[in-house]
Amino acid sequence: MSQTTIYSAKKIITMNPNQPEVTHVAVRDGRILGAGSLSDLEPWGAYTLDDRFADKVLMPGFIEGHAHTMEGTLWRNVYVGWFDRMDPDGNIWQGVKSIDAIVARLIEAEAKLADPNTPLSAWSLDPIYMDNRRVTRHDLDRVSTDRPIGALHASGHILNVNSKGLELAGLLRTGINHPGIPLGADGLPTGELFGPDAMTPVGPHVGFERSLTDCDERGLRDYGKLCVRAGVTTCTDLAAQLTDDSVAMMLRVTGEESFPACIVPLKAFLGTTAKDIVDYMLALKPKSTERLRLGRIKAIADGSIQGFSARMRWPGYHNGAPNGLWYTAPDQMSDLYHRALEAGVQVHTHTNGDQATQMALDMLEPALRAHPSPDHRFTLQHCQLADAAQFRKMAKLGMCVNLFANHHFYWGDEHYRLTVGPERATRMNACRTALASGVPMSIHSDAPVTPLGPLFTAWAAVNRITASGRVQGEGEKIAVADALHAITLGAAYTLHMDAEVGSIEVGKRADFAVLDTDPTACDQSDLKDISVWGTVQGGRIFAATDL
Amino acid sequence: MMQNRPSVPVTTIGGYLGSGKTTLVNHLLRNANGRKLAVLVNEFGDLPIDEDLIESQDETLISIAGGCICCSFGNDLIGALRDMLGGSTVPDQILIETSGVAIPSAIVATVALLTGLHSDASLVVVDAETVRTAARDDYIGDTITRQLSDADIVVVNKGDLVSDTAKQELADWLSDVAPGSVILPTEFGRVAPDAIFGCVAEPSHGLTAHHSDALFESITLHPDPIEDVPNYVHRLITENRGIVRAKGYVYDMMDQCWLIQVVGQRSNVTRSDQAKQNGLVCIGLRGRCDFSGLRP
Repeated sequence: MSQTTIYSAKKIITMNPNQPEVTHVAVRDGRILGAGSLSDLEPWGAYTLDDRFADKVLMPGFIEGHAHTMEGTLWRNVYVGWFDRMDPDGNIWQGVKSIDAIVARLIEAEAKLADPNTPLSAWSLDPIYMDNRRVTRHDLDRVSTDRPIGALHASGHILNVNSKGLELAGLLRTGINHPGIPLGADGLPTGELFGPDAMTPVGPHVGFERSLTDCDERGLRDYGKLCVRAGVTTCTDLAAQLTDDSVAMMLRVTGEESFPACIVPLKAFLGTTAKDIVDYMLALKPKSTERLRLGRIKAIADGSIQGFSARMRWPGYHNGAPNGLWYTAPDQMSDLYHRALEAGVQVHTHTNGDQATQMALDMLEPALRAHPSPDHRFTLQHCQLADAAQFRKMAKLGMCVNLFANHHFYWGDEHYRLTVGPERATRMNACRTALASGVPMSIHSDAPVTPLGPLFTAWAAVNRITASGRVQGEGEKIAVADALHAITLGAAYTLHMDAEVGSIEVGKRADFAVLDTDPTACDQSDLKDISVWGTVQGGRIFAATDL
Repeated sequence: MMQNRPSVPVTTIGGYLGSGKTTLVNHLLRNANGRKLAVLVNEFGDLPIDEDLIESQDETLISIAGGCICCSFGNDLIGALRDMLGGSTVPDQILIETSGVAIPSAIVATVALLTGLHSDASLVVVDAETVRTAARDDYIGDTITRQLSDADIVVVNKGDLVSDTAKQELADWLSDVAPGSVILPTEFGRVAPDAIFGCVAEPSHGLTAHHSDALFESITLHPDPIEDVPNYVHRLITENRGIVRAKGYVYDMMDQCWLIQVVGQRSNVTRSDQAKQNGLVCIGLRGRCDFSGLRP
């Protein structure tokens, strides 16, 4: 006979409006047998009372609707970001605030490498915060001129390399004419490589392999640790290549008894036909397990705003940059939507610029008429620049949105000054308009672009403070309760998983975020500082200190 | 391992969906005439290669009669190019059929980063009937004009579907949006491969240019040793002769062999490491080129 454990807690925030706060939750077979007072739960029969969470606050396990498990792999490189950040083992890496500090950190790491040919790789570089000072190969040459060195930027779209890295790639020469490879006064590349076209020929020489978007086996295990530390029990991987090998690896790792999260990978619609990817998803879906959910597609409409590759409607970029790039042609998007709706396969679409969002809406509407699909929950990811009319249209079409609340903090000042200007920067990631328009909404980190941490993401949506400390978009702030909904049930809804996770109520999976303090009782400016004790996932207990 | 191999010319074939890129590629494969062509496509669509040309096929590689191949590179073009150069059989010419929204000039710039390859020509296919309407589309208009702005060769396909007046208007429009490009009108993608490819035919392939349709004419020159080869080529392309393509080897007074590759107004003149047979093929549109004074 199955065992029942009843956990007591200082407070359990259920996200169930019928009983928003309770003191006890009963767990049997990895599922929630009931939530309520101890006397509500006792009639279920014999139980063990577990008081380990008596001074903790439980919430439904957080759900990250847009992240990339590759962060697990990236942590094997040297962290050179501006902000403090916690690695999978719980060490806080201090943010580095100057080029000299970056060089010093790399010299320290370089000294630990025995083999002189091993590349030294770093990640999360972001010179935007250093007055936009350009980093060059000469900076990295101060670390070593013999060892290839590469530093990937926080955006993932720029790579800095030293002279040796360029040399190994055959690019330490004059006469290069490439928009992504700036040249110095000496006619040689400066060592900055912009965009995948320029990065890919050099990446492998400095330790960044071709399939950078996918995590490897150890990376996935490390990613699981990051989930526990952030209170996350369900996490998307948006987007993965999902080759036969990577699916087999993910099935194996997530199937391990110690793996602490449910991973939801979406396959990228790039380099394949709509028919093939829809057929492949139909074939993959039955392989899903309790901790690996397969069968969804991520389409990519355009690029990024700060990279000026997002597709903008009139009047375009604030600094006059030419319009961005389509990653998927409108006709291909239409083909995908028609086929996916017909087959019942869900599509999440990356749109950054407002023209990309409009394109997705324009392609979906006729596809929906052709294949009426109640409850399709097609979701726009990022959707950073959508205006009110677009949110109203999303609501009418039955779409969901997952807004990039963290982005506003990290790059909001940049958008205000440079990319889109004050008016549109103020409406970016318009959480309040989304909710007011009736669009089911989640908010996300896009880890590794920004750190995985739903409470931080909630803080960003509630306070809308930029890195320089300005409030940007007072009118788009949302209430704490709405933000907590967005990182639990809201995200679950975008994945059609709201019936099984996202709230603490009978029948759902026993997934809890275990917090040291109460996010509904603290000052809303302290939301991001709430410490996470760990998680419970499928009834299994994961203390961050024991990882 | 590949130091002594000659650099492989790469032609990018761009153009929006439905313009006829695949038809053109099939025509070129059908008329490869002994050249080993490698075609790289994003993905195998419904019918990337005409069935009668296929010898065998797996998920990412189609083998074609005559030693040509077609590979799907998914999202990793550079990886596929690297694999191809590292393989045992290196092709004579690589064709990259880009996605409908790719900007070919970006791919040309990237190809130039890889050793062992050089960009031969950026070719853009347009649909004579629809391209001007598509170029006004809110979503894709600027992508189409951006594709055309840097093209070396514009293949105007489906010419059978438009009137002569419309053809003239289209030509005027193209001279604005694709300045500096050679414009090749055609139907069903039937363009002479010699006009497309920069790879120089070996003597064994026959130096008498053979064309698969009547739109083109050509001449093969065997000039005496030339005093100033770059200047000779410059004159050839600036004399308004309507030369679409010129390619081959010539010798200077010092008995140095030179490789010449001309696309429209753009030329590439380099010293050749190897001594090749003297011969320069010039190709133009029938009735619109002037080879007078060049004939031996």
